[in-house]
Amino acid sequence: MARYVVASVDELPPGTRKIVDVAGRQIGVFNIDGELFALLNRCPHQGGPLCEGRLAGQIEVAAPGEAFRYTRAGEILRCPWHSWEYDIRTGQSWFNPARVRVRAYEVDVAAGDAVENASPATQVTAITGSGVRTAGISDLRKGPYVAETYPVSIEDRYVVVEIGSASARGA
Amino acid sequence: MTIAVRESVVERPAGTAIIDCDIHNAFPSETSLHPYLSERWRQHADQFGARTYHGLSYPLASEHAARTDAWPPSGLKPGSDLGFMREQLLDRWGIEYGVLLPLLGSGKQLNLEWGGAMSRAINDWQVAEWLDPEPRFRSSIAVTYEAPDLAVEEIRRRANDRRFVQIQFEARTHEPLGRRKYWPIYEAACEYDLPVGMHFGAQGGWPITGVGHPSFYIEYHTGQSASFQDQVISLVTEGVFERFPNLKFVLIEGGFGWLPPLMWRLDRAYGKLKAEVPHLKRLPSEYIREHFWITTQPIEEPGSPAAFQRLLDDLGMNDRLMFSTDYPHWDFDAPDTAIPAGVPADVRRSIMAENARSLYRF
Amino acid sequence: MPRTSMEDLTRRSLVQYRAGMIARDVIDCDVHAVVPSVEALLPYLDEHWREYISQSGFKGPVDTAYPKAPTTARLGSTPPKGPAGSSLDLLREQALDAWGSRLAILNCSYAVDSIHNPDADVAIARAVNDWLVAEWLDREPRLRASLVVPTKQPELAAREIDRLGGHLGVVQIYLPARSSLPYGNRHWHPIYEAAVRHDLVVGLHFGGNPGNPPTSVGWPSYYLEEYVGMATAFQSQLMSMIVEGVFDRFPTLRVACVESGFAWLPPFLWRFDKEWKGLQREIPWTKRLPSEYIREHVRFTLQPLDGPPDAQRTLDLIGELGSDEMLMFSTDYPHWQFDDLAEALPAGLPPGLERKILSENASAFYRL
Repeated sequence: MARYVVASVDELPPGTRKIVDVAGRQIGVFNIDGELFALLNRCPHQGGPLCEGRLAGQIEVAAPGEAFRYTRAGEILRCPWHSWEYDIRTGQSWFNPARVRVRAYEVDVAAGDAVENASPATQVTAITGSGVRTAGISDLRKGPYVAETYPVSIEDRYVVVEIGSASARGA
Repeated sequence: MTIAVRESVVERPAGTAIIDCDIHNAFPSETSLHPYLSERWRQHADQFGARTYHGLSYPLASEHAARTDAWPPSGLKPGSDLGFMREQLLDRWGIEYGVLLPLLGSGKQLNLEWGGAMSRAINDWQVAEWLDPEPRFRSSIAVTYEAPDLAVEEIRRRANDRRFVQIQFEARTHEPLGRRKYWPIYEAACEYDLPVGMHFGAQGGWPITGVGHPSFYIEYHTGQSASFQDQVISLVTEGVFERFPNLKFVLIEGGFGWLPPLMWRLDRAYGKLKAEVPHLKRLPSEYIREHFWITTQPIEEPGSPAAFQRLLDDLGMNDRLMFSTDYPHWDFDAPDTAIPAGVPADVRRSIMAENARSLYRF
Repeated sequence: MPRTSMEDLTRRSLVQYRAGMIARDVIDCDVHAVVPSVEALLPYLDEHWREYISQSGFKGPVDTAYPKAPTTARLGSTPPKGPAGSSLDLLREQALDAWGSRLAILNCSYAVDSIHNPDADVAIARAVNDWLVAEWLDREPRLRASLVVPTKQPELAAREIDRLGGHLGVVQIYLPARSSLPYGNRHWHPIYEAAVRHDLVVGLHFGGNPGNPPTSVGWPSYYLEEYVGMATAFQSQLMSMIVEGVFDRFPTLRVACVESGFAWLPPFLWRFDKEWKGLQREIPWTKRLPSEYIREHVRFTLQPLDGPPDAQRTLDLIGELGSDEMLMFSTDYPHWQFDDLAEALPAGLPPGLERKILSENASAFYRL
């Protein structure tokens, strides 16, 4: 099990996300109302870049013709390809939670002194708000994000992702 | 406007060729067609523009029916930026050839003359801005199929440019496609040895189901297979393939799981009702296997590789299935995951490239 | 292919029956009662309607689903007077006795859906139902029936269901497969409410004459096309009922697809399930995969057997339906579906499945 610094907390305010390259896989990190979640950026269906998808809320209605109830705004991730929906908090697909889920990772906010032994991650795509800027060739050339080059202090807080030793393919 | 011509630099490792038989190019702007319209029609476009049936459209699953990651950084619409399409589709997947299906509405214009002018301009635009700069592309001839005389004129106009590999129809037409109204188009198709490609979409002026107006987009989209079935039934029953024995028909973006049961059903019913159709000399399923090609997207997902293999066995058209992505649409099939594991390597090769290579004669 | 006369078929059936080969419980879920002429309905119509019919020369609605065609009447099923399917005696002999059926469900496809006058629609539907009860159900205890309903105002259809839904012989509401608006639409919900109120099955039946083209691409030229293409009408209807939440709103509703075929069902469900996963946001009342709704709420009658020619493949196809409870035996009398008795049932059915198809599924579904 290894822990990787992927961003500073300031870079990931509530409602934003960031996609990073960590130990050979792409992971999307989401801030929902101050809570952090990380999902593998690969939809279990056909491999689409899941974490680049639109964010949506949950729509509940008891029966056709009844009132709609809209909750959990921004917590449902819709795959940019076939619109399969995933609960960001758990990685579970909405329509078939028992059988389909995307790999989720533990996300922590660590104080500066705890990250000294963490490994670097490479930024691939920055996404803010609901806009998406897809990575071009020039973005991939950016250097690895390494803790050493970023001012570290014990007051600063870093976002750290844990990667388990098992393979990270989506379920 | 100068568009850079790009040399093809794609490496094709043996056995992994990919030909994409369904790509959608789009207008970058409202006035993209203007340079290709005569003055008379440019004015018409400015003052009146497109007019089609009312009350038959449904809001799409996503804007422009596109993958949400297919919006180019240039700010143009999905499918309208050649550079980005090269990057995100052709180069990304090492696609050897891509067949363009421009779904730009010229087939369903109520003003048929305007439709004819629009079709001609669309084809000129395709040549200038897609075929000339990108040698990997081939295209489909946009025609106003509800005015067969105009459609035939347009086919004649393009027949010498063999980068146009087929004639484009959309699936929901005003009459079933076997009806004699459309026969002049099939005659021209045979004269110039061009397949007819019928692509998912459009409206023919009727409710989009045979049982009235549905309410939801899923019915528009998933229900399209009903339209494909009705069209195949018509083409076979009307004896189009007896009359035009060299006609090749491509079913594009309709799926294919529905076709084996349709063949069984047609053959059985034909056994009982053949006296009504003495012009038919063979079983419906024989006409189907001889005259149809089918693109794979949206790929059928029967739940297991074994079930998929059984579908292929039932279909009996391993030499007719042709891989397609439907880029940039949301129901895109990725070349590396669409065809399930377990399909034998030679069949996979046929589907991924060789059947298309043979049909379209790249 | 030589056609077997009803005489030959009946004789063979009776021989086998006596030999004990058909010593089984059989429920025939689709036999037809055909209104011989509009005059047959006059005793069941009020006076002003009798005048209207006689003075307008209205000969009754035309049911294009069963035109003059070889499939409409099997050889030997036409009585001396009247069309095939209009004789109770022949029905007894050629359907009920020939199969030793315990019960049979009468479907009457008198095309009330083609009547635009909203009051005539109601009156004629009522008359057909009264005729069915008086001249069929009351005379033959082995028969059950589907109620015909007016289609222009579903509240009035519900009223008709309330009127006769309690009759012990009534088991189903007859809805023709082709309609002017897909059956999931909220417009039709009063009918489902009434069906549930009386615990009746809603039967979608081959046919329908609403006046809009039978396909999304216009009017086909040949009856062969309509006949084969009816499958797409059933597909559109099932899709509509599921996406509009009919089974979410009416969780006890049962729907039968009668004379629809069923070989098209597995690939239809693959595609429907696949697309629903991405497109269900617009229909948030649906909570399950479409195929789950179908397996729970919908059944299919056996004729026409529209599977592949290969017997084993047909058995596998039945397996692909995903449940032993999907199919219910039918002869579709007097329509020509099979020549040989052997063709009426798929060959090689395991005994348990055969029993389910011959009667147990219908028994459970129709509460018989």
